[in-house]
Amino acid sequence: MKKLEETFRSRRTVLDTVAMRRAIRRLGHQLVEDAVDVSNLALIGVRTRGVPLARRLAKVIAEAEGVEPPVGELDITLYRDDVFEGLAVPEVRPTLLPFEVRGRHIVLVDDVLYTGRTIRAALDALMDWGRPHCIRLAVLVDRGHRELPLHADYVGSTVSTALGESIEVCLAEIDGEDEVRHWSEPEVER
Amino acid sequence: MIGARRHLLELASMTADEIEQLLDLADTFSDISRRPIKKVPTLRGRTIVNLFMEPSTRTRSSFELAAKRLSADTLNISGGSSSVVKGETLLDTARNLAAYRPDIIVLRHKDAGAPHLLSRHVDASIVNAGDGAHEHPTQGLLDMLTIRQHCKGIAGRKVAIIGDIAHSRVARSGIVGLAKLGAEVVVCGPPTMLPAEIETLGCVATSDRTQAVTDADVVMMLRIQKERLKEELFPSDREYSRIFGLNRTALALAKPDCLVMHPGPINRGVELEPDVADGPQSVILDQVANGLAVRMAVLYYCAGGAA
Repeated sequence: MKKLEETFRSRRTVLDTVAMRRAIRRLGHQLVEDAVDVSNLALIGVRTRGVPLARRLAKVIAEAEGVEPPVGELDITLYRDDVFEGLAVPEVRPTLLPFEVRGRHIVLVDDVLYTGRTIRAALDALMDWGRPHCIRLAVLVDRGHRELPLHADYVGSTVSTALGESIEVCLAEIDGEDEVRHWSEPEVER
Repeated sequence: MIGARRHLLELASMTADEIEQLLDLADTFSDISRRPIKKVPTLRGRTIVNLFMEPSTRTRSSFELAAKRLSADTLNISGGSSSVVKGETLLDTARNLAAYRPDIIVLRHKDAGAPHLLSRHVDASIVNAGDGAHEHPTQGLLDMLTIRQHCKGIAGRKVAIIGDIAHSRVARSGIVGLAKLGAEVVVCGPPTMLPAEIETLGCVATSDRTQAVTDADVVMMLRIQKERLKEELFPSDREYSRIFGLNRTALALAKPDCLVMHPGPINRGVELEPDVADGPQSVILDQVANGLAVRMAVLYYCAGGAA
């Protein structure tokens, strides 16, 4: 895959380290506010970057409430609507849900909300594990351009983007730093 | 377009990396069978034909269940009840089936190379479910997955494969696959059942059970396939059992946590004593469960890249 630096001419920081940590803290507090019973709350991160985000939200909730909600990891590959569109066979990673889904207040966590297709797949995958009491959606960045009638209940930052642009989320756990970048002005293919 | 499909014909032409990738996939797929809803929508709308020209219960039912757990539609055709008994050739049967536009054809056939032939003439991914005495790649993969899970890796492990090596496609897929992943493979059987060239596949051959079992990490017993034996290759079941069968005394020569494997169905008291087959070192039922996961992984792998 081509590097973002080679694909786009312009790079803008949407959230720096401090802003990202504030956004995550705010999201965590909103989750607590809306939860009828914090002990029934469970967070599920959508692989890859939704998982560390969910863990951070769980820590924020633990600090505020003294109860740390369990965190699951969801791999949606087998539920994607474009799983065999490319030539390579997509890698399938395990789904780990160390709690009973049935009856839970679940918050699905992802880094970027874009077309909504990932979340559609995540909802289908989750339903195969049981019937939760409710599912809410928390994302760090909403960049618009939905192709399905879905919205996020909790949004860290809304960024207006054009199609063909890219939002890059870097997380310390995976990328060694915390930052959200907006790449625009694609290079014209020669 | 013929030739653009991804097939699983044999382990012999696969790289160690490709084999490891399939085993990793299978590991993930085994989780699906532990969930309350044991089905994912991945192959929804795909058609898989199970064309079994030889009897099979375990492999056929495992392929069928694997397809169903991936939401594919399946069509099962078996040799005894099909137009083959009316004299139709394999290629004609396959071409007729291909008119239904299946995505994958799973083939078991008595002749070595039958799946390879199909892959050159039929526009579908071909999965070899056993061809003559050549290969049985999904069996090889499930054996490797079982060893990998229990022994924490395959490289450097001593694996003894004991039985009718000459007639066994299970042995052939096992030998080539395990050798590629760095295992030390020893095959053992009566001289009448040890082909002269077998060591070129990457194993050591012996007719001495003690040499094969001593310090082994895994002992894989093969079924004596009475239906395949046209001539007498050993005097009696009792004599075979005494010299080549696995009992507790023979197993004691292996490492203390040595795995006992068998591709099934077992001839109890011939190649394997019941107390060993049902003993604490037996992983025979894990092999069955892993067979399902491996076949799901293989169908997923073959369906990909076929768009």
